[in-house]
Formats: sequence, C-alpha cells, structure tokens
Amino acid sequence: MKTQFLSKFVTRPEAGSVMSFVAVILFFVIFGGVQLSNFIGAASWVNLAANLGVVALPVGLLMISGELDISIGAMIPAGSMSVAILSGYYELPIIVGILGALALGVAVGLVNGLLTVRTSVPSLIVTLGTLVAMQGVILSASVLLTGNASVALSAPEWSKAIFGNLVGGSYQIIILWWIGLTAVYFFIVHYTRYGNWIFAMGGDRDSARNAGIPTDRLTIWLFVLSSTSASFVGMCGAILFNSAQVSGGMNYIFNAVVSVVVGGVLLTGGFGSIIGIFFGTLTFAVVTQGIYFTDIDRNWSSLIIGVMLLVAVVMNNSFRKMALTGSKPKKEKQKLNTTRAAA
Amino acid sequence: MNTTNPVLELKNVNKSFGPIDVLHDISLKVHAGEVLCLLGDNGAGKSTLIKTLAGVHKPTSGQMLMDGEEVSFDCPKDAASRGISTVHQFGGTFPLMTIGRSFFVGVEPTKKFGPFTIFDRKTANETAVKAVKEFGITRIDDGDRLIGGLSGGERQSLAIARAVHFGARVLILDEPTAALGVKEATHVLRIVFEARKRGLAVIFITHQVMHAMTVGDHFAVLIRGALAADFRKGEKTREEITDLMAGGEAMADLEGEIESYMSAHEGHPPPPAH
Ligand SMILES: Nc1ncnc2c1ncn2[C@@H]1O[C@H](COP(=O)(O)OP(=O)(O)O)[C@@H](O)[C@H]1O
Ligand SMILES: [Mg+2]
Repeated sequence: MKTQFLSKFVTRPEAGSVMSFVAVILFFVIFGGVQLSNFIGAASWVNLAANLGVVALPVGLLMISGELDISIGAMIPAGSMSVAILSGYYELPIIVGILGALALGVAVGLVNGLLTVRTSVPSLIVTLGTLVAMQGVILSASVLLTGNASVALSAPEWSKAIFGNLVGGSYQIIILWWIGLTAVYFFIVHYTRYGNWIFAMGGDRDSARNAGIPTDRLTIWLFVLSSTSASFVGMCGAILFNSAQVSGGMNYIFNAVVSVVVGGVLLTGGFGSIIGIFFGTLTFAVVTQGIYFTDIDRNWSSLIIGVMLLVAVVMNNSFRKMALTGSKPKKEKQKLNTTRAAA
Repeated sequence: MNTTNPVLELKNVNKSFGPIDVLHDISLKVHAGEVLCLLGDNGAGKSTLIKTLAGVHKPTSGQMLMDGEEVSFDCPKDAASRGISTVHQFGGTFPLMTIGRSFFVGVEPTKKFGPFTIFDRKTANETAVKAVKEFGITRIDDGDRLIGGLSGGERQSLAIARAVHFGARVLILDEPTAALGVKEATHVLRIVFEARKRGLAVIFITHQVMHAMTVGDHFAVLIRGALAADFRKGEKTREEITDLMAGGEAMADLEGEIESYMSAHEGHPPPPAH
C-alpha cells in the first residue's frame, strides 16, 4: 500500500520539484549552517518567489500547451512604466494607470497569440520579436513623454493596500496574489475541462483540434494571460516602490523558464502541473536567496541552479521516455524511480 | 456479393497534389459488418486514400457517398461527425495523458461542484475502463494510468473502443498490427472482429498477409494509386495475395502490365480487375 502510494507519487509531474525543494533546504541546513527558523521566516526569498511565481504559472501553462513566451521580459518594465507614466507623470487617477498597464498586457498578448496561430513561426521567435519591439517602445515612449528613463509614482493608500504593500514590515502583498492565483490555476487546470484541453493541445495539436478543441482561441488566451501577468507584476512593483524604470525584467525570462522546468513541465509540452510549477518557483527562490543565509559563497548559487536545471531536464525526459515506451519491465522502472528520487 | 447499401462508397475518385497524381479513378464500396483490407506497397497511396475518406484531403474529382447520399468533408471533424473514425498506428495520440482524460478529449463529462462545473474524473475513468472491458481487454482497470504506459496492443484496443463508444460507423485502421508482436496483434485482431460483429464497417490496412487473411471479408490492392485488384474472401489463395502484397513475381507482372497500359493510354491506369 505504502509502496503503491510512493510509486504513484513518483510518476506525478510535481514529484521532482517537491523533492528538489526538500533537497535544497536540507542541503543548506546541513552544509550551509542555516538556521531553519530564521530561514523560513525570511521575507526575501518569499517575495522573490511570489513576483516570479505570478509570471511562471502562465508561462508554465503555455509550455504545457507547447508554446513559449519570452516577451514577459519586456512586459514587466512595460507594466511598471505604464502605471507610472499614466498615474505618476500625467497624474491621472491610479485606476487609469492600473487599467492601462493591464490593457497593454492584453494587447501584447493578443499580438503574440495571433501571430503564433496565424503564422507557422515558432512562438519563441514571435515573442523574441515582441520582446525587442516592446523594449524599444517603452524606452522611446518614456523618453519622448517624460524626458526620463525613470518615473516616480505616488499611489494612493487603497491601491497600495491591494497591489503594493509590505505586510509585517517586509512581506510584499503580491505573496497573497501568488497564493490566490495558484489556487485558481490549480482548480482550472486540474479540475475543469479547460485543463484537459491544454494538456491535449500540448500532446498533439492536430488531434486536439480534430477532437473539437478551439486550439487557436485557447492559445491566444494563454498568451494574453502570460503577458498580462507580467504587466501585473511590473505594475505592483511600481506601486510598491513608488517608481518605475525602463530597464529590468530580462532576468524573469530565464528565471521563469528554470522554475517551470524544475517544476516538472516538459519542454516539449503535454505534461506538467500547477503544484509542480509552484514548487519549482519556490526551489528557485530558495537557491538564489537562501544562499545568503548560508556560509556558502553566493556565487555558487548559479552553479546549483545550473545543475538543478540539467537534472530536471534529464529527469523530465527520462520520465517522458518511460511513459512513451509503454509498460516497462519491473527492474527498469525501479531503477528509474530511484534515480528520480535521488535527484 | 453483399446486396445491402454500402455505408461508404467511392466513385471514380482522383487525388493529386499539384502536378503529382496520387490516386487514380478509385471506385470502392465499404459495407457495414465487413472488414475491407487495403493492401499495397509503400507509396501506393493507401494513406492518401484513407486520409481522403477521413476528411484530411479533398478528392480532386469523383464522388464520395455515405448511405447512398453524396458527402463532402471540409475537415476531419466533418468526417468524424458522420461516423468515420481513424485509429493511427500507435493508437492514442496523447501518450502523457491518463486513460480517462484522453478517452474524453474534447467531450469531457462534467459535474456540478458548488457553483462550478468540473471535469468528472470518476465517470470518465469508469466509462473508459468499461468500454475497453467490453472488448475483452481486462488488463486495463485503472483509468488514472497514462496512455504511454500501456502496451501497443492495449493502446490500439483502447483507441478502437473509444471510436466505437462515440458511435463510429466506419473504422479506419492504419497498419494497426505493424509494430506489434504476435500476441498483441492477436488482441487487436480480436477487437477488429468484435467491431465487425457490432456492425461497423472496418477498413484495415496491413502488410501482414496472415492478418489480412484472418480478418478480411473483402480485399483491395492499390498499386501506384490505382485499384489493381478488388476481390472477396476465398477468391484468391494466400499465395496469390502474398504475391500481390509482397511485390513477388505476380506483383512485378502486374506493374509491368500497368506501365505498358499507362504508356499506351496517355498515363491513365487500367480499370480494376475483379
Ligand atoms: N501531401 C502530399 N503532397 C505531395 N505528395 C504526396 C502527399 N501525400 C502523399 N504524397 C505522395 O503520394 C504517394 C502515396 O503516398 P501514401 O499515400 O503515403 O502511400 P502509402 O500509405 O501507401 O505508403 C507517395 O508517392 C507520396 O510521396
Ligand atoms: Mg502509409
């Protein structure tokens, strides 16, 4: 009974990320001299995880559906600049700035989605195009309109309470958004038919379309979701820090993809889970921020991330192979499970 | 000869891709409760023929009739909604989905959960498992297993059971036994029998003469896109069929005949020999 539960857990998409999360914390505690209580209570890694997580969730869904969106790198500064220019520089009501930032996200998402489904250009290239284009747009718009690459914003209290507050002195309010959004995504992806559609689409787009799934519409929706989420994170940052900069956001591309892959989503699509992406993001944040709590030199965190990413890709791939080659002899399956568990 | 109206009938169907003529003047009848074996060498046009039936391609000229009424499919969904269902060589196309989920892709059963409508996993799993059980495959008992974890024969069986469950009338099987071992292939053949018994018309593409002889009621041989032979069970011996299929001497002779006929008739192939 117990072994059955274990073998069921190991074949789940989130198994790897939960195990790597535990492994990284154990590693830091045992070899880094981390005091677990200090660490758990630290805001820095939770804040990082929350900001990243809000973007990683829709990026992960896109990857499950077989697409990639790297324009998020430009949409984060685009979101913060939009709200800062509209409500800071032009002193329009904050709600205008918020809606403006989100509308820009929707617009860019629509462009990404439409270009991806209407042309046969891979979404990596389409979103590379919008990434570079949006960087240009933000910089020119900022310089043209405000004469500056950095814009101040003083948001009213109510908007800070919702989007950009520090709770308990150091916890960003976006943590609650992240947890809430994770719950919503979890419900939709794993408990409604739309989740099934996303997995089917990532497994085989043509068969999914033939089965009556509106694949084009769904793809466009997912692009709108990721672009708007990135814009949302940028907007929250501007409201929290009272200013917005043209630069920044590029590291989100890399960080989100690492979180999603460590979270057990297959690069080729068709497989993954929300819980996996959640733990993948947590693991990423623990490694990059938790390292400050250890005696380990922080430069090693890149090495750990790199190794983690490679292990995750290899693990995801061997899992895919196991699933594709059909019923395996017992021995080989066991071997596979132990390598997954060891990683 | 079967006297009932054919479920599906092709009349003088041609298909070309630009300048390349792939199917020449195909006329074929498919009856309910019968297995039509489609035989032919690689590149003969078998896949093109079944893709035309399944709505992937449109015939360049000629007619397709269902129950005597002319039909035209703009996309595979059109054909599927008329009850034409294709099962590909590797069965399920979603290897990383569970049995229950992939069975119902696009037609998910739902139930109420408070104010929400959610995917009814229990019903999906139970229905899928029951559907394959009815076809005699008892090893599939957990709808939460991944399709990719099933054997090739089980996947085929599941895919066929799925087609039947959703009301298929014409079942097209593209080399279902090609990648299978003897025992697995036997499973699939048994399921083909079961589908026929339920009154489906089955179009079965295969290279294995034994499999064709076992299940076929009616045989059609394609050579370079033309119907070179169209005969019923018992009308040809196993050796003759093997020759036709394996490109033996009989095949070489036939191709020679066709070539000389084609050069003598401005590139048109001969009419099928009955
Ligand atoms: N979409 C297409 N465009 C051009 N030629 C095609 C296309 N599909 C098939 N063909 C050609 O038609 C011929 C028959 O192919 P096919 O139907 O796949 O044969 P089979 O399934 O019997 O092996 C081949 O010569 C192939 O190159
Ligand atoms: Mg073929």
